[in-house]
Amino acid sequence: MGLKTFPGGIHGRDNKRYSQNEPIEIYPLPDKVIIPLSQHIGASAIPIVKKGAEVKTGQLIAKAGGFVSVPIHSSITGKVTKIGSFPHPTGNMQTAIEVTRTGDDNWIDLSDNDYTKLGNEEIKERIKAAGICGMGGAGFPTVVKLSPPENKKIDTIIINGVECEPYLTADHRLMLEHPEDIIKGLKIFMKITGAVKAYIGIEANKPDAISTMKNITKDESNINVVGLKLKYPQGAEKQLIYASTKRKVPNNGGLPMDVGVIVQNVATAIATYEAVRYQKPLISRIVTVSGKIVNKPKNLHVRIGTLFSDLLDCCEQTNEEIGKIISGGPMMGFAISTLITPVTKGSSGLIVLSKKESITYKEHACIRCCSCIDVCPMNLLPSKIANDATYEDWEGAKIAGAVDCIKCGCCAYVCPSKIKLIQWIDIAKNKINELNL
Amino acid sequence: MNTTNRSNSNKQKRVGENTHDLYTVSASPHIIEKRSVKSVMWNVVFALIPALIMGIVFFGINALLLTVYGIIAAIMTEAIIQKLRGKPITITDGSAVITGMLIAFNLHAAAPWWIPVLGSVFAISIGKHIFGGLGHNPMNPALLGRVFLVASFPTLTAAGWKETAYSSISGITSSINIQAVENLVTSATPLAVIKQLRDPLFVENINNVIPNASQSLMGEIASIPTIQNLFWGNVGGCIGEVSAAALILGALWLAWRKIIEWRIPTFYIFTVFVLTLIFGGIDGLFSASILLPFFHIFGGGLMLGALFMATDMVTSPLTKNGRIIFGVGCGFITVVIRLMGGFPEGVTFAILLMNLAVPLIDKYTVPNPFGAKK
Repeated sequence: MGLKTFPGGIHGRDNKRYSQNEPIEIYPLPDKVIIPLSQHIGASAIPIVKKGAEVKTGQLIAKAGGFVSVPIHSSITGKVTKIGSFPHPTGNMQTAIEVTRTGDDNWIDLSDNDYTKLGNEEIKERIKAAGICGMGGAGFPTVVKLSPPENKKIDTIIINGVECEPYLTADHRLMLEHPEDIIKGLKIFMKITGAVKAYIGIEANKPDAISTMKNITKDESNINVVGLKLKYPQGAEKQLIYASTKRKVPNNGGLPMDVGVIVQNVATAIATYEAVRYQKPLISRIVTVSGKIVNKPKNLHVRIGTLFSDLLDCCEQTNEEIGKIISGGPMMGFAISTLITPVTKGSSGLIVLSKKESITYKEHACIRCCSCIDVCPMNLLPSKIANDATYEDWEGAKIAGAVDCIKCGCCAYVCPSKIKLIQWIDIAKNKINELNL
Repeated sequence: MNTTNRSNSNKQKRVGENTHDLYTVSASPHIIEKRSVKSVMWNVVFALIPALIMGIVFFGINALLLTVYGIIAAIMTEAIIQKLRGKPITITDGSAVITGMLIAFNLHAAAPWWIPVLGSVFAISIGKHIFGGLGHNPMNPALLGRVFLVASFPTLTAAGWKETAYSSISGITSSINIQAVENLVTSATPLAVIKQLRDPLFVENINNVIPNASQSLMGEIASIPTIQNLFWGNVGGCIGEVSAAALILGALWLAWRKIIEWRIPTFYIFTVFVLTLIFGGIDGLFSASILLPFFHIFGGGLMLGALFMATDMVTSPLTKNGRIIFGVGCGFITVVIRLMGGFPEGVTFAILLMNLAVPLIDKYTVPNPFGAKK
């Protein structure tokens, strides 16, 4: 099997063995959830409930704050006990709605009708109302992605089942356990965009997922399952598009739609299918809880807003003192200071590192070894950007490609001088935007 | 939030007790490769050891002693300067060891003990720390040290070659029965022999004694036995540069560890090969035998230079295309000096000159980001 890939990237340990064979387990209803108003890219949602309000599971509690935004729903049945500032998985404090459970899982009325007869606008309306956003991490509102301007013709949908971040296995388990739903979601995407072709990209370290998906699509001539080389960041949007279709998304702010492609994550496909068929809002997701020191790594199906501390309890805590907890994957995720942080729509994992694994390094002078340049999947000059940023030469940083950085972290991963390249590039990027260079 | 509940013996903690701890926060990525500057440098030291062993085999224990003097002087200079500047002392990172080693590698084995010491002091102080230390020097410190020694003590560094235990200094066996030729092959290094052959006066003299003697000597130079001698290092020359085989072995190790990159050595050696094939002969263009380029590649300091000095990370270009230009430039200048210049060997100056061109090369070879329109 010829595996496809992209130029650059790194070969690290994927560490998926801890949780890849753990079937998805449904986490019991939490006693309390904290539901942030911003779990997506774009404007925060605006709360429509007051403290003390009784809410059902799936009830709308905050409406979309604009076109690029999504509504938020309650994930349990209970009472709104606080609307205030809570820790957010991106590392800071953000406004969230706290709901305390008062009873059993009392859902809003869900319908089940023949969704295949719905028109495109109606389908989009349902996706929008269900608050679906990208569940791979970034959290871009799905309906916005599915509504390109008139002049951008979409011919290809790519389902991202790569899951190239180490440790994470949530998407892997979904592909093994719910492959039909992924295909149904994919077909909805194809219907509303008019795409004629689809690819499902899966990394070679998930041969079982590749064969499951191949099996289920064997009668679909326009859906191809693409086996991809085990290399990080294989799941980055631009790299995945290149590996599957050989199309290059233009740099300097280009989007996949510029090359006629829309990429959606497997979890998003399932959520979309459920939203369109049952009008079920997005109130739960799969989270991988993993790490060498976690006693029982698991893939948990949890309600949005469940606290990381509850998840870790469910995995029987750790057998060593915790050094770092990471929301998301270890390459691009956020180190967070406290376990009292809620699961959001984009939380793909809770990774726990031991003290030994989370040493912070001192930066040394760059020895110009070029490792960062050799691995950069965007073909940039990370060390030069960092150097220019130290001397506040923002023009130089722009020439070296700061604005095209996808923050995959390959450069910082390989740097022998342990330079915080991603941070420096981020500084340069912000400064370039600020100065409008 | 409650931050006080921090216990060191987490093993006894009950479920839920982690809840109120605060953990380390840092920017992504949260896992990184173990490789450090230190491991990179010590890998280079390790890769230079085969060449050192061959130097000891061919030139005796003095080769080892000179290398040790060079290393000690380099380390001490670095420590003193860092102490004076109030900077952390980084002598264990291995970079000074490399410089000291390379200084000695560029000397012949009969040099007095203070030559490598002086070279190392100069290389580390003027070549490296005056610019700010590791990572900031524009030129390869070891090569600067060598230039300093060659310019200051020409008789001690570039003359008085020591023959190896097994062969003549030039590594060439000549059957030409002329005193001048015999003197040449027994006292000059391989590159000096070929340099002499480019001197029209010398050629005329020997051809007057025996017709076509110059061609026969050229044939003996570009012959399999000579090149074998050069490949294994069985010739006179500097301690670390004589054995191409040992240097290649070390470089393969570094390439396997992804410490040196293929572009610079490949383009450097390839350029030398092509140019010496075209211009290397003594009877006009393309008069050289196909074996002559091998003589140029395995002779002199080319292997040491191309594999270990031109590839010095700090002083070579960042960009991939820049590394190609750098390699070709080094090859070009080396051949120009070897064939037309006043010195038999041009590797040192070629690399130093190209080092100085690095900022310019980097500036004009910034790669197009992925997805850029051509």
